[in-house]
Amino acid sequence: MTSVSPDLRKEQLKPVRRKGFFPTLGKQWQLVLMSVPIFLYVLFFNYYPMYFWVTAFQDYKPKLGVLGSKWVGWKNFEWLFSRADFINSIRNTLAMSVINLVFGTVSAVLLAVLLNEVKNRKFKRTVQTVTYLPHFLSMVIVVGMAQNIFASNGAVNELLMGLGLVREPVFFLGEGKYFWWLVGVINVWKEVGWGTIIYISAMTAIDPCLYEAAAIDGAGRFQRILHVTLPGIKSTFVILLIMNIGHLMEAGFEIQYLLGSSVVMDWSQTIDIFVLKYGISKQQYGVATAAGMFKSVVAIILLVAANLTAKKLDEDTLI
Amino acid sequence: MTTTAMSRARSRKGNGIFPYVNGVILCLLMFLTLYPVINTVAYSFNDGTDALRGGIGLWPRVYSLKSYVSILSDKSVYQAAFISASKTIVTTLLNLFWTGMIAYALSRREFVLRKVITTVLVLTMYVNAGMIPNYLLISKTLGLRNTFLVYIIPTMFSCFNMIVIRTYIGGLPDALVESARIDGAGDIRIFWQIIFPLCTPVLATVALFVAVGAWNSWFDTYLYCGSDKNLYTLQYLLKMKLATTQASSNAAKTSADALKTTTLTTPVTIRCAITVISTVPILVVYPFLQKYFVTGMALGSVKG
Repeated sequence: MTSVSPDLRKEQLKPVRRKGFFPTLGKQWQLVLMSVPIFLYVLFFNYYPMYFWVTAFQDYKPKLGVLGSKWVGWKNFEWLFSRADFINSIRNTLAMSVINLVFGTVSAVLLAVLLNEVKNRKFKRTVQTVTYLPHFLSMVIVVGMAQNIFASNGAVNELLMGLGLVREPVFFLGEGKYFWWLVGVINVWKEVGWGTIIYISAMTAIDPCLYEAAAIDGAGRFQRILHVTLPGIKSTFVILLIMNIGHLMEAGFEIQYLLGSSVVMDWSQTIDIFVLKYGISKQQYGVATAAGMFKSVVAIILLVAANLTAKKLDEDTLI
Repeated sequence: MTTTAMSRARSRKGNGIFPYVNGVILCLLMFLTLYPVINTVAYSFNDGTDALRGGIGLWPRVYSLKSYVSILSDKSVYQAAFISASKTIVTTLLNLFWTGMIAYALSRREFVLRKVITTVLVLTMYVNAGMIPNYLLISKTLGLRNTFLVYIIPTMFSCFNMIVIRTYIGGLPDALVESARIDGAGDIRIFWQIIFPLCTPVLATVALFVAVGAWNSWFDTYLYCGSDKNLYTLQYLLKMKLATTQASSNAAKTSADALKTTTLTTPVTIRCAITVISTVPILVVYPFLQKYFVTGMALGSVKG
């Protein structure tokens, strides 16, 4: 069946190419009808808002609109970079996303390797079902659980005191220095199982002959993991890593917003929360848009750089 | 003993211990994953005042149904559940329809607009106008504040899901479409009668992603519907409970007699009970869809 279809397609394409663009478009009106409404929707909801980026250069007042508001040049940006809390929020964003990236990747690869070694299919499936579960819980729920677990009379403190590691309960939620790591741990708990899916599917693509050959050559289990499994997922690993570097400005928003409090704000405030605070609560739209625009522009630069690196490394490109 | 025999013996010895160690590690991991969940259930069935002492593990210390009784006698919870459910159902159906349709159109290699539209859509996965421009568009330009539509319209389409479905359609035999076309069927009919029904597994995956996203979101309520109590969702109620619990636990630290002033059902247990109620729908659906979403994720990430 598949051997016939290319010829058929060629026959269909031939008259299409001769006719030129618009007649073909007319002939494909059903496909146009199926795709253009969403295309326009995306233009309006995803691209049109970028028009509001000009408010970054204005003292924007919604009443006056974009055209009526006063232009202030780079003043909003100057104000932003003179503020310690904005600089802090850049630092927090980068720190938390790097922690999330490292913790998340390492834990997912480790768990995928362990799961790959499980021969009992029922057990493997049970572990997968359980570890995927937190991915489907909302951040509100997860933070609620974390507040119980990490409270001064919660399970973690009871464990630490029971083991004699600390004498007094640790205020995980009330001290800034723990915040980044707490976010990292919670994110691993939530996403580690989900993160394994792609690695496991890469591992199933590894030729079993390689394992047999390695075993015949005398490779033990760890050597087989080291020399067969890990090289087998290398390209997936590199692609994901590069893609995540493109997303370094996204440290998440919900978890910091829900878990943070005024006590730990110096460590919990990310760029997104800064934008929310100034844009929505204080209604300083110009400043908030400038902060958001800064984030978007850096993200684009990171993405392009990551994509170029990927091309250089001779991997598939991302777009 | 030859070297091969020795190494074979060594590797067999390694095989002997490793599966057990691995099993123990994975069991421990499952315990760590489930502990917070079970802990929350235990809290929700515990007496409110007693729960303030903390230290509840996997089982309630003083069993009480009061939290559930007080939630289920609260009318705003029913309203929130209704909003959450209708938001989830409408969003999911619309998404499946729109996303499936455009995924089919963009899977046709002969479609002349294929490249342009695909590029424009894929770029949205990487470039975002940001929170404030989107807020200005939805609340000022469109005036969707405090309407139910604000839950539906901005989330009608997702490019990631489109790619997942398109990849799946690309894996179906081309002959299906070609033979239908020879029989005289147009693209709309081919999509609706042939492709859409064949996509059930991937549509189940996407439905799960979209439904969970819609059910779990609270930020849209916070941004756009914070002043209309009739439009609150379950997650938003929960989010407000989270804030009040935080406040009261801070207060408890400062004043010693906070214990006396709190009522029998304190927010901690109430919050846990709402958590349980709002999680049950996901827990019921999710295991049945697992076999679908694993393949769906693999599909999406290969091409994504």
